[in-house]
Amino acid sequence: MSLEINGKSYETDEEGYLANLSDWSHDLAEAMAREDGCDLTDNHWEVVNFLREYYDEYQIAPAVRVLTKAIGKRLGKDKGNSRYLYELFPYGPAKQACKYAGLPKPTGCV
Amino acid sequence: MSEEFTSGTVKKFLYVNRRAPHGSNYAQEGLEVALIGAAFEQDVAMAYLDDGVFQLKSGQDTGKIGTKNFSATYRALGDYDVKRVYVERESLERRGLSQEDLMPLVYKDEDDDWEEKPLIHVVSAEEMRRIIDESDVILNF
Repeated sequence: MSLEINGKSYETDEEGYLANLSDWSHDLAEAMAREDGCDLTDNHWEVVNFLREYYDEYQIAPAVRVLTKAIGKRLGKDKGNSRYLYELFPYGPAKQACKYAGLPKPTGCV
Repeated sequence: MSEEFTSGTVKKFLYVNRRAPHGSNYAQEGLEVALIGAAFEQDVAMAYLDDGVFQLKSGQDTGKIGTKNFSATYRALGDYDVKRVYVERESLERRGLSQEDLMPLVYKDEDDDWEEKPLIHVVSAEEMRRIIDESDVILNF
């Protein structure tokens, strides 16, 4: 499968996750979100950027429980809970945010 | 089925890793399956024996064989609440290795002000036998 953005084509898997991490850009993240009917706010970006850093360090996309805990430690308890994260990413925080971050589908995912 | 089982019993899982990290998929798959089990709140412990001890060696570099260097992922074990990683001493010694050659894996102890504590326990073959014996589910990779 592929994703057409601004006249360019990007290879994805069958669920829309980017095949090549290196294809990722800010604009591409926003375009992917737009296709899902989602506007990326600063709060969304905090999570997306966190996931990119996590992947860079550990070479995996974290499971949602691990993400929630780590966000809590980094950004405070009011953001490190599933209610807040599901409000931002209703299709499942790890799953949806990983997609916009250009990462593969998370290991042990929701 | 009794209430105890339907509400989800936590079983003790032990993932036994016996192969070197990069020649086959076993090491990476074993690690991923273990992390998935841990994400579903099973009690997960890891065991490294035979060539499996090479998986934990520090300073791995896969640049020249063109595969992903997933050795960084072992450092995520602590985030997934895996607190027991056992390495067989005899297997290390037979390969001229000691604990100093391994990655300094840690977990942050939530109950102790997030203090970093070591994950790796080097144990004798005798102790390893006991650890395997006390596990409910054993998966070999």
